[in-house]
Amino acid sequence: MVSAPLLELRGLTKSYGGVRALRGVDFDLRAGEVHALLGENGAGKSTLIKVVTGAHQPDGGTVAIAGEAATDLTPASARRLGVACIYQQPALFPDLTVAENIALRLEPASLLRRVDWAARRAHAKELLDRVGAAISPEAEIRRLSMPEQQLVEIACALGAGARIVIMDEPTASLTQKEQLLLFAVIRDLRANGVGVIYISHRLEEIFGLADRVTVLRDGHSVGTRAVGEIDEAGLIRLMVGREVTQIYPPSESLPGEVALSLDKVGCTASGVHGVTFEVRAGEVFGLSGLVGAGRTELARVLFGLSPADSGEIRLKGKAVTLRSPQDATAHGIAYVPEDRRRHGVVLEMPIAHNISMAIHRRIFPGTWLRFGAERSLALEFIRELAIKCNGPDAPGISLSGGNQQKVSLARWLATKPKVLLLDEPTQGVDVGAKSEIHRIVRQLAKAGLAVVMISSDLPEILGMSDRIGVMSGGTLTAVLPGKSEAAVVMAAALGGSGKGAAA
Amino acid sequence: MSRYFREWSVAFVLGALLLVLAVFAPAFYQGQPLLSLAASEAPTLVVACGAALIIICREIDISVGSMFSVCGVCAGLVATQHAPIWVAVIVAVLTGAILGAVNGVLVAGLRLPSIVVTLATMMTWREGLNWWRQGQFVYLPDGLQWFGLSQSAGQWTVIAMSLILLAALAVAMRRLSAGRFLYAVGTDAEAARLAGIRPQLVKFVTFVVMGILTGLAAIMNLVQSPQVDPKSGTGLELKVIAAVVVGGVAISGGRGNLWGAFAGMLLLACISPALTHLHIEAFWEKAIQGGIILLAVVADGVRTRRGKS
Repeated sequence: MVSAPLLELRGLTKSYGGVRALRGVDFDLRAGEVHALLGENGAGKSTLIKVVTGAHQPDGGTVAIAGEAATDLTPASARRLGVACIYQQPALFPDLTVAENIALRLEPASLLRRVDWAARRAHAKELLDRVGAAISPEAEIRRLSMPEQQLVEIACALGAGARIVIMDEPTASLTQKEQLLLFAVIRDLRANGVGVIYISHRLEEIFGLADRVTVLRDGHSVGTRAVGEIDEAGLIRLMVGREVTQIYPPSESLPGEVALSLDKVGCTASGVHGVTFEVRAGEVFGLSGLVGAGRTELARVLFGLSPADSGEIRLKGKAVTLRSPQDATAHGIAYVPEDRRRHGVVLEMPIAHNISMAIHRRIFPGTWLRFGAERSLALEFIRELAIKCNGPDAPGISLSGGNQQKVSLARWLATKPKVLLLDEPTQGVDVGAKSEIHRIVRQLAKAGLAVVMISSDLPEILGMSDRIGVMSGGTLTAVLPGKSEAAVVMAAALGGSGKGAAA
Repeated sequence: MSRYFREWSVAFVLGALLLVLAVFAPAFYQGQPLLSLAASEAPTLVVACGAALIIICREIDISVGSMFSVCGVCAGLVATQHAPIWVAVIVAVLTGAILGAVNGVLVAGLRLPSIVVTLATMMTWREGLNWWRQGQFVYLPDGLQWFGLSQSAGQWTVIAMSLILLAALAVAMRRLSAGRFLYAVGTDAEAARLAGIRPQLVKFVTFVVMGILTGLAAIMNLVQSPQVDPKSGTGLELKVIAAVVVGGVAISGGRGNLWGAFAGMLLLACISPALTHLHIEAFWEKAIQGGIILLAVVADGVRTRRGKS
């Protein structure tokens, strides 16, 4: 006799604007199991968590908790029903003590309630003991290490009587020893009948810890397996096994001389270390890896935003120091940042002002701004990149995401760079604009630019790159040829051996 | 039109007030009192221009009142040594530049919040001046008042100086790279940095410019009376911030221009004489000014909220 699963999701769908994050996800969690959730960036894991914790409402499908249909979940009702989520970055109040933080979650809130400090401390102590944490209830949260804070979160979950505990990449910032401690706590939870949803990119953790694993891809659940019935290669195949639906422009350029080369480049402050590769003029070098692998950090090193403190960066064979964006721009490096909504364009400013921003010295020789020159520069790029807008005076905020991205690109193309760093150039961009951006990138490479393109979109990396660099843990772990198998790239990004994955 | 709707609406209210005065109190337009009013507000206009620059780049400077007093006293002391007027001007400007640079280093160099930094420098300069001068006035030698000109010529000179500075700064904001960069930094400092602008340098320079303008304003104030009051700058910071905000410069940075600040400043300055001429009791002045400021802030808040949704 099998009782109802702790959590059952059927046909869950959720869209944000035009983006369909979940397109029909089935998932169930039994009491006393660790169920791993696996998938690429953007496969829908975070959205699924948000639905289960009540942060977002699903558009369709059902959520049942312990056999009861749970409609209109809110964060409060989800918590009452026994759902707790432990995030990678614990959401605790840093200036309050452990006991106060636990009490804030667990004690009934009322402005004029008398606080029983002794009981509060005792309760905190008891919960901390249950997760095996040697932490004083009197300690301030800001003095605790990251794993200790996670243990406090777990103690809160236990204290709230959580039956469903979600852990989102809990080991990302832990040392080996701390991980083992955490695993012991998780096994203990499982033994007590708690169901754990465990999200991690680390395959060895999944094989060591989980009972079952569900793989998400493009908002679908593509398979649930008992960990005993599947191997690493099989999991990777499930993750990447998709049709490449988009047509990518062919690579037409013949790579020329080496434009940019890195020799053991590192930056202690941003965690980048020992990166060695070279990019030739006319080449698109795709930079793949998971979120947090250090790709954006590397781009920021190359643009002088967090200067390198070890190794050597060479442009056309000449060693250069890049200590500021001004240095980088002077050497012909351009960086189109990730997250253009925030920093790629100054949204309130007209398109023309945005495009001319990095080249004031060149297009405005002498003292005064020249509105005529600025306008014709803007018109030129609006035509060349097919930016859809109400003329050069329209503010950036009036454009769609794809067109904002083109404005950001135009600003940097106006600097006539030799090396172009693109950070997630098509993130959050609709399909039409996406293929236009791909076409532009190809043209730029053909015109002799060395392009480094960071992307979390694996088909994009595979379709656009002449060569693919894969980053993991702050360093470049593999350089693969352009037409590599998705599974090989994914295996390298996951840091696994990838043996037989492509078979 | 729509882009400068906010500025035009302040100008419209100002125009309406002037029209009301023309109909009901033509005495307001009598030459000499109006000239005196304009001359006495001219230094405030110059400081308000600086405050507009500071607020456009998303900072604030509440130490201007104390800076104004220090610059005035220093220039006055030099003048009592029978130095020529241009030496006094240089001393005032240099003093302002140095005090502004102190704010600039603390805000831009150490990245401290400008509201706290300038609160501290406001109190430090004010109390430092108190301790140094024990509240004594500086009595200026003859021949300094009105730059040695007749009263009305002197008043016209002061007014012309303030208008020239206003126009020069307004043109610079629109036609120089520096102005463009100021708006970019005030709108989104990180985006500006990614575009190769140095936000901290821009902010530092803006604080120094604020100091220089305050020094010039102190001179323009000094020539209007036979002595320098060490408390002459008291309350100036609130006056100029109010003028700038009423004039449509967004306190959150990146939006607004000097012509708007000018209109806002004129509007607030006209309230008091308008009340006198319309025979309304003077204690309404602050209440009406407060109401105008509140209205301006509410208008900006509503517009920003609507812009986001």
